[in-house]
Order: sequence, then structure tokens, then C-alpha cells
Amino acid sequence: MTDQEPFTIEQFYKFIAQGKLMAGKCQKCGKIHLPPRPLCDKCYSQEFTWVTVHNKGKLVTYTVIHVAPQQFQDKAPYAVGIVQLENGAKLPGMITAIPQEQLSIGMDLTIDFTECDNAQPWPQWPRYCFKPL
Amino acid sequence: MSGKPLVSIVSAGLSKFGKNEGLYGRELFAEAVKEAFDRCPRLEPKRDIKAMFVGHMGESYEHQGHMGAATADWTGLLNIPATRTEAACASSGAALRSGIYAVLSGLADVVLVGGVEKMTHRSTAEVTEYLAMASDYPFEQWHGITFPGLYALMATAHMHEYGTTEAQMAQVAVKNHHHGTLNPKAHMQKEITLEKALASRPVATPLKMFDCSLITDGASCIVLTKPELASKFTDQPVHIVGTGQASDTIGLYERETLTSLKAAKTAAKTAYKMAQAKPEDMDVAEVHDCFTIAELIAYEDLGFCKAGEGGKLAESGETCLGARLPVNTSGGLKAKGHPVGATGTAQAYEMYLQLTGQAEQRQVKNAQVGLTHNVGGSGATATVHIYRSNQQ
Repeated sequence: MTDQEPFTIEQFYKFIAQGKLMAGKCQKCGKIHLPPRPLCDKCYSQEFTWVTVHNKGKLVTYTVIHVAPQQFQDKAPYAVGIVQLENGAKLPGMITAIPQEQLSIGMDLTIDFTECDNAQPWPQWPRYCFKPL
Repeated sequence: MSGKPLVSIVSAGLSKFGKNEGLYGRELFAEAVKEAFDRCPRLEPKRDIKAMFVGHMGESYEHQGHMGAATADWTGLLNIPATRTEAACASSGAALRSGIYAVLSGLADVVLVGGVEKMTHRSTAEVTEYLAMASDYPFEQWHGITFPGLYALMATAHMHEYGTTEAQMAQVAVKNHHHGTLNPKAHMQKEITLEKALASRPVATPLKMFDCSLITDGASCIVLTKPELASKFTDQPVHIVGTGQASDTIGLYERETLTSLKAAKTAAKTAYKMAQAKPEDMDVAEVHDCFTIAELIAYEDLGFCKAGEGGKLAESGETCLGARLPVNTSGGLKAKGHPVGATGTAQAYEMYLQLTGQAEQRQVKNAQVGLTHNVGGSGATATVHIYRSNQQ
């Protein structure tokens, strides 16, 4: 990995396909961007470095979706949530491998890359999900 | 409240909201515009109207973009600047805001602002997909998060943080359905019971079918002018005395809090300051109840109650017609319906009726001051407007 990769959403998902959760850190003001962005919204710097974000986090909120768009109807009802990672970064995603009635705010989850090897061209990203530790 | 009028509303129109089979959006818009023109015989549309802004959320519903020109065409208003505004479900709140910019700039002294959406010919799965386009694509839509899903994430957080209950949310649906029975243009004109709301099928837990606004066809418009010109067109204008608009992160997941909409709070603060008004000055309000939880959060963000007490306020009955602060007398998005692009100016239409004493069965007695709150997406856009009658 070098710092030459562009700090884009596409690159974020390229790392996901490699099983890595990566954020951009602004070299000027230190703000961590997850997802990365090419222009720091705090100080307008364009200089970043990649930092690894730990795979573990806590569930901030969740829902079980019953009415889904066409492409997700075969999965419904499915759980989605927002997970708080380190440094204040948060990510949404599906939550699998747990009975839906056992979901609770504050529970520990980890990011799961097992279905992330099927990367297609933009905008078909590999789909990470969250599961219990 | 002592704020000066920024602009004045001299007329307003609304199409029937509902399942308008066989009608295109532009045809519904013409229905709304005809009402506005008929209400204001001193207005000569082709002579007087100098610009128009039309809120429209999505090209996908009708395979039709470029709605500014299309609606100008179908309302006999060619040759003036006609621009579509898009801010998801706040598209016509943004149209109203744009109209105010136009009048205050001096570039156009009479402006038609409105909005339209035609939705009911699409399946629920299609509408679910199109509505989700107002959220973040690569992190929300891509992971299967729907629009009800985003508000469900807020509801779960609100219940956890403040003890808000599903029954308190359902109370909003019961109230707004009751108000809808008093509005002949509402999509749903049927009472519902708390038990029926609570027993309805899940959409995105904890939100159920009766927590969700309706998929509706409809159009709305109002005519704005400079306050000093208002008497030329009507003896009964309604004045806009405060306007606020703000943006927040496109993704819900990036927000500092999930139990409040910062953009709505910012827009409200700006509008209250401009109007020199306080929440307790309001006699009536139309708030963006796309989901029942959204009305509870609106109460809190607008200062109608403290943070976390929205559920209790709904339960108290104080926001019902006849009580202290009637909210969503039109039936709201919940019962009147939510043709997304039309909603912001449909709220302004209701305020025009209320503050001119023309709201008939649902008239708030002696209503002089009111507020509208229109939210786009999961809160990435919010507009708040404050109105007062000509008597006040």
C-alpha cells in the first residue's frame, strides 16, 4: 500500500475487497475521513495518509427492513445498522449471523469481508457486513 | 412577534391529493395553478408572473426531467424563467426559498412557486428504490437501507435514548388521520385507531405501515410578491416573515446525533430570528411527518417541546385541532399524502388557508401566526418558514 492511491470511495471499496477497512487522515488538520474524501471538509487540504481502522465497533442503532427495493427483496427481512468504530468513525451496513430479535444498541460487532471478493466495476462495490464477535 | 414581511402570498392552489390515475404530473400542476389563478382575479398571470420555481424530486417516476419548463408549458407561462428545484422531499420548500430570493433580489416582483410528483402508478418496490435516491448511494442505498429504514434507525435511537414508545409514534398517525377526515383534498379521509396503527405490518422496525406517509400524486403552488404590491392583488395576503434553510451530511451515519435533525434546528433558528418570533408564538404548524417519528423529532427541533419529549407531546393531545398548538391540520404527509416534490408548498397552501380563515372544518380559531417545516432526505436539507396573517 502506498499513499499514492486516490482518496476516493472507489479506493475505499478496493481495500474492502482486500479485507481492509481504511480511512483517510488529513495531514494538515488530522481529521479522520471514513469514507475517505479527496478534499478535507474541515481545512480544505488535499493531503492525506491512509490509516487502518480496527474491524471492531459498537452498534449505535438498527432496524429490520421488511419492505425492500427489488434488488434486496430476496434478503428481506434483513437487519441494517450504524456501527461506531474507533476515532468517532461510523459506518452503516447489514448485520448478519445473529437472530434479529437479539440485536441491541451497544452490542459489539465486527466487520465481515467474506462476501467481498466479488468486486465488480463501479458502482458495484463489494458488500461488507457486520456480525457479532 | 414583530418581524417585517419579507414577501407576501397573494394566492395558493392545490390539486386533489391521492391516486390520480391517468394524469401526468404537469396536468396535476395545472389543476393547482388554476385554483390559484381563480382565487386571485386581480392577478393577470401572463402579465404579472415574472418567474417560477417548481419542486420535483425524481425523473424516475414519470421518466420526465426538466419539470420547470414542462409545468410552465402546461400552465401558459412560457417566456419567463421557469426552473425546477430539487432537494428530495424538500424540493418545493427549496422552491419557496428560491422564490423569496427572486422577489427580494428585485429581479422578479411576482413569482409562482410550487411542486409536483406523480407516484402511484409505480409499484411499492419501485417507489422504495426511487425515494432512497435521496440518501447516500455508496454507503446507504448500496447496503439495502431504504428511506423508511433511515427514519427507523432514528426511531430506534430515539426510543433507546428517551424511552419514546411505538404507541406515542402511532398517536401521530391517529391524529393526522383524524385531521385528514376534515380535508376534502386529503388522500386518506378515514379515521384510524391506535390499535389498528400498532397492529399494522412492519415496514422497517419499529416503523409499521401506519407510521409511514402515503405514496401520493399531487401538486401545489403559491403566488408570492413584494409586500408593498400585495394589496394590488388581494385584500387578504399572508406574509412570510421568516425563512431558514440548512444542509447536513448526505449520509445519516455521519451525523453527530440520530435523535435530532441539525439542519432543521438551524433552519428554525434562522427563521425564528428573522421573524423575531418564538415557538410559543405559533398558532398552527405544518411539519414534515414523512414518518411518525419525524413529527416527534420536529416538535423537538422546532422548540415546541424539549429534546426527548416529542412522544409525550403527541400523547398529550396538545397538537390536535382544537388544542394548544394544532400540528398538521391538513392531515400532514401521513393522511393528506406525500407527493414528495409538492409537499413544501402544500404546507404553505395550508398555512395560507389557515391564516386567511379559509380552512373550513379544520380552521384553527383565530390563527394569526404559523410555521412550516419541510425536510429533504433523512435531514440533509431542511427549510422552515414563518407566516403571519394580514391582521396581526
